[in-house]
Amino acid sequence: MKVFVARDAAALAVGADRVAAAIAAEAEKRQQHVTLVRTGTRGMLWLEPLIEVATPEGRVGYGPVTPADVPSLFDAGFLEGRPHPRRAGQVEELPFFKRQTRLIFARAGLANPLSLSDYRILGGLHGLDRALTLGPEQIVAEVKRSGLRGRGGAGFPTGIKWESAARAQAARKYIVCNADEGDSGTFADRILMEGDPFTVIEGMLIAAIAVGATRGFIYIRSEYPHAIRAMASAIEIARREGILGPHAAGSNYAFDIEIRVGAGAYICGEETSLLESLEGKRGMVRAKPPLPVVSGLFGQPTVINNLVTFSSVPFILAQGGQAYADMGVGRSRGTMPVQLAGNVRHGGVFECAFGVTLGELVNEIGGGTASGRPVRAVQAGGPLGAYLPPALFDTPYDYEAFAAHEGLIGHGGLVVFDDTVNLARMARFAMEFCAHESCGKCTPCRIGSRRGVEVLDRILAGRDREQNIALLGELCETLRYGSLCALGGLVPYPVLSALKHFPEDFGLAVLPSVAAAV
Amino acid sequence: MSSSLRRNPSRRNFDEITARKIIEAALGHEGPLLPILHALQEAFGCVPREAEPLIASTLNLTRADVHGVVTFYHDFHRAPAGRHVLKLCRAEACQSMGSEANARRLLDALGIDWGGTTADGSLTVEPVYCLGLCATSPSALLDGEPLGRVGAEQLEALAAEAKR
Ligand SMILES: Cc1cc2nc3c(=O)[nH]c(=O)nc-3n(C[C@H](O)[C@H](O)[C@H](O)COP(=O)(O)O)c2cc1C
Ligand code: SF4
Repeated sequence: MKVFVARDAAALAVGADRVAAAIAAEAEKRQQHVTLVRTGTRGMLWLEPLIEVATPEGRVGYGPVTPADVPSLFDAGFLEGRPHPRRAGQVEELPFFKRQTRLIFARAGLANPLSLSDYRILGGLHGLDRALTLGPEQIVAEVKRSGLRGRGGAGFPTGIKWESAARAQAARKYIVCNADEGDSGTFADRILMEGDPFTVIEGMLIAAIAVGATRGFIYIRSEYPHAIRAMASAIEIARREGILGPHAAGSNYAFDIEIRVGAGAYICGEETSLLESLEGKRGMVRAKPPLPVVSGLFGQPTVINNLVTFSSVPFILAQGGQAYADMGVGRSRGTMPVQLAGNVRHGGVFECAFGVTLGELVNEIGGGTASGRPVRAVQAGGPLGAYLPPALFDTPYDYEAFAAHEGLIGHGGLVVFDDTVNLARMARFAMEFCAHESCGKCTPCRIGSRRGVEVLDRILAGRDREQNIALLGELCETLRYGSLCALGGLVPYPVLSALKHFPEDFGLAVLPSVAAAV
Repeated sequence: MSSSLRRNPSRRNFDEITARKIIEAALGHEGPLLPILHALQEAFGCVPREAEPLIASTLNLTRADVHGVVTFYHDFHRAPAGRHVLKLCRAEACQSMGSEANARRLLDALGIDWGGTTADGSLTVEPVYCLGLCATSPSALLDGEPLGRVGAEQLEALAAEAKR
């Protein structure tokens, strides 16, 4: 009998290894034959440790399971999917799962992520096969047709980026996968690296063929030791099996990938800072132009995309750009892995077509707060995204609708807060984080953010409130227009959205005029 | 909770031969400086000052260049950490689940501040801004092992265990 237990870092963090060991020990004690299959996570993280068994009706899950539950699970006959207080039901019938459109996460949690044969059986490498028959120009055309936009933050059209890189003339071109995933509340890159790393490799290889690149780098944050190991093993296997190398997948294209580990700097997620870091320098943001597609890593044309962007490409090539574009709304096509995080009952990855409302995501799918208290705010799109109140929960999840409320889709994170949160404190944190992570190139960002912390400290202490709030508004103006990159440029959004939607936390009865402009 | 903590292995004293070997082993990389610094920290528990001129001369950089890079990144330390390293997440998702109060309580109990090491050298507590464990917050990394849904009591129990 096969029992599936995730080895994802989030599952391990809540005891998946101990549960797996308990199952093995109990099976031996009972002389029952059990094969443990360690998988990635399905992304329903509130159910972790989740264990699954294959039954004629499909996989049945039990979770969250503790080692102490294991004897009673055997007694109840969990290997046949029988009832038990921890039985969650048929995994793919659970509402959280069933409501998803899983293209990027189609394989996550199903099988051993480091088995290339499982990857093939589950539909992997079809995109690559088709890419090889289409050739570079047609690959770019498919990606353009898909309407795919970058999933790392800025939402730039991927096909256009690739087209420019393909046009660039150079002896050497690079593909860089941005897996720095610095936004709090995001973990889609991590789960894919741990749960389906060959998808990342396949997406990067397709990009390499499209633009004529021969070298690839994956820049992974050092906070992700498990993802680094999984990705390194997958690259080694892909090399051994000839997917990577001088004749990638048996073709005449040469492509190989190297992993680089970050060093705890949030700013290195910004693409030009990341390139500096790869070159072995301080992660100072570069002025653009030139764009990386013209002059990127070591001065060569470089495609840098987020890991989810690359991982969306195998589907687009396998099923055609149109199939991808058929999903979504407006200029937001395809699917997004929304990451429900923080104080949320059903936290995890929820991949869906654009267009669901924020309220559906937080209340229906996320199930409200973990604490059971009322939802007070949601920070959308990472530390540089706005704090949105429930009054805006009818906003559709798409790039343009969010932008209308200063919200960010960004990398797809939604961090939920209950009514114990103090938004003036969160505004202070945003400024503090900016000061901590500033690369130092622009004065408003380097110094202004420190002043911002001081001003907010005075507001929090109730000193000269009106005056300090006016000062905060001016500081934010300076940051917005005097910053080279989005760290300094966007930090006004969490700060001023907190002030606009939650003035009472700043000790104000009414909305001040500086925030009304937000 | 794990009953036998894995020790932070990297506490060797600086020696030039090892350092040179590490530097030379990384020369095959394009842009080898970060891989070198990571490898040095893995071996010595920090990036020793003595290594900077060695790196500079091998990579044809100035010592100031190397120093500038070492100090830019939050990960690289000048002195080795304690026997165990606890990285506590301080980012927004963990804050929404009460991480700051838990951390304060632990740091006060240990009598240290962020980045500090207990007087007996058993534990260093470092801040981190996101571990990607944001749906099982509050989260932490103890000697590289992830911890989720960690409350204040569990943190104190871990600190007590680290002393042994
Ligand atoms: C401060 C800052 C941090 C960023 N962090 C990340 C990150 O962690 N991961 C990422 O993919 N993009 C990040 N970005 C966005 C990148 O600069 C860039 O837009 C992205 O890598 C391009 O890939 P995409 O088009 O596929 O999104 C960040 C941007 C800024 C300004
Ligand atoms: S805004 Fe801040 S992080 Fe961005 S380039 Fe300027 S100083 Fe660096």
